[in-house]
Amino acid sequence: MWKWLHPYANPEVSYHFTKKLMPWFSMLTLTFLSIGIVWALLFAPADYQQGNSFRIFYLHVPAAILSMGIYVGIAIAALSSLVWQLKLADASAAAMAPVGAVFTAIALITGSAWGKPTWGTWWVWDARLTSELILLFLYLGIIALHNAFEDKALAGKAAGILALVGVVNIPIIKYSVEWWNTLHQGTTVSKLGAPSMSSDMYWPFVFCFIGFIGLVTWVICIRFCSEILARNAMRPWVRTLVNDTEEK
Amino acid sequence: MQFSSFAEFVAMGGHGFYVWLSYGVSAGLLGLLVLLSLRNNNKVIKQIRLRQKRELKLKQAAHIQQDQVQQNINSQEASS
Repeated sequence: MWKWLHPYANPEVSYHFTKKLMPWFSMLTLTFLSIGIVWALLFAPADYQQGNSFRIFYLHVPAAILSMGIYVGIAIAALSSLVWQLKLADASAAAMAPVGAVFTAIALITGSAWGKPTWGTWWVWDARLTSELILLFLYLGIIALHNAFEDKALAGKAAGILALVGVVNIPIIKYSVEWWNTLHQGTTVSKLGAPSMSSDMYWPFVFCFIGFIGLVTWVICIRFCSEILARNAMRPWVRTLVNDTEEK
Repeated sequence: MQFSSFAEFVAMGGHGFYVWLSYGVSAGLLGLLVLLSLRNNNKVIKQIRLRQKRELKLKQAAHIQQDQVQQNINSQEASS
């Protein structure tokens, strides 16, 4: 049943497949993100309570969801690397970590900038904010471990264990607004069930979210290709590929 | 359109600083991420190319050395 997947464990096949996907994701990103951002800034209505600071929502929520989503991706890659010794899984985890770290930073910074006019403070040590900050430190730890060893298999193993232990933080972030009394507001958009906001506020969010998913995937593809090349530098196919790009 | 003038758009109803801070920082960080990722890709390719050139030079040097040794042996044989 899963046999069609087997060729993709080959770095060369994976590299060319990823290269082929990349332009599609960059196009998806440009289309959806430009429409989404213009819609969010110019045409979406202001919130009746928060006014125009509500427009930060269109960056903050996609960034926060993706910061957790990418982490789950890293954890799945780490698990498959530790259990099935897939070398490409390590490469993909190393490719995902910096992207996740940037999105976590964006979620924290935009959240802070949204908190000031809404709550009157840049930062509080409440459950949602603190657990998201821990997520940033987990990302930084994973990146550091991936770069700490010359031996990439060892580096992948160390970073993978950290990633798997850190998974415990993900449900804590997700349910922190329900488990504890926090300043942070509850969920307004979810996959299941109707969003608790009007549709002229919701649609720009959908466009921004799809745009950000495209951006994340595109950048991960770029980094994944670099990782594959760096890890297979001695292989003949990489040598010919590198020489071919020189001629262009 | 929610704003009647550009000044109103920039002001964001008094929340301009926070909105533009968010959008500015996000754009900056994401731009940097894309730029560094693309640059890293070029760097990796360049490094592999450099290593290949170094190996080629080493190989050529070994060849030249071998030729010289062979010539020395030949000249010694000729003189004796």
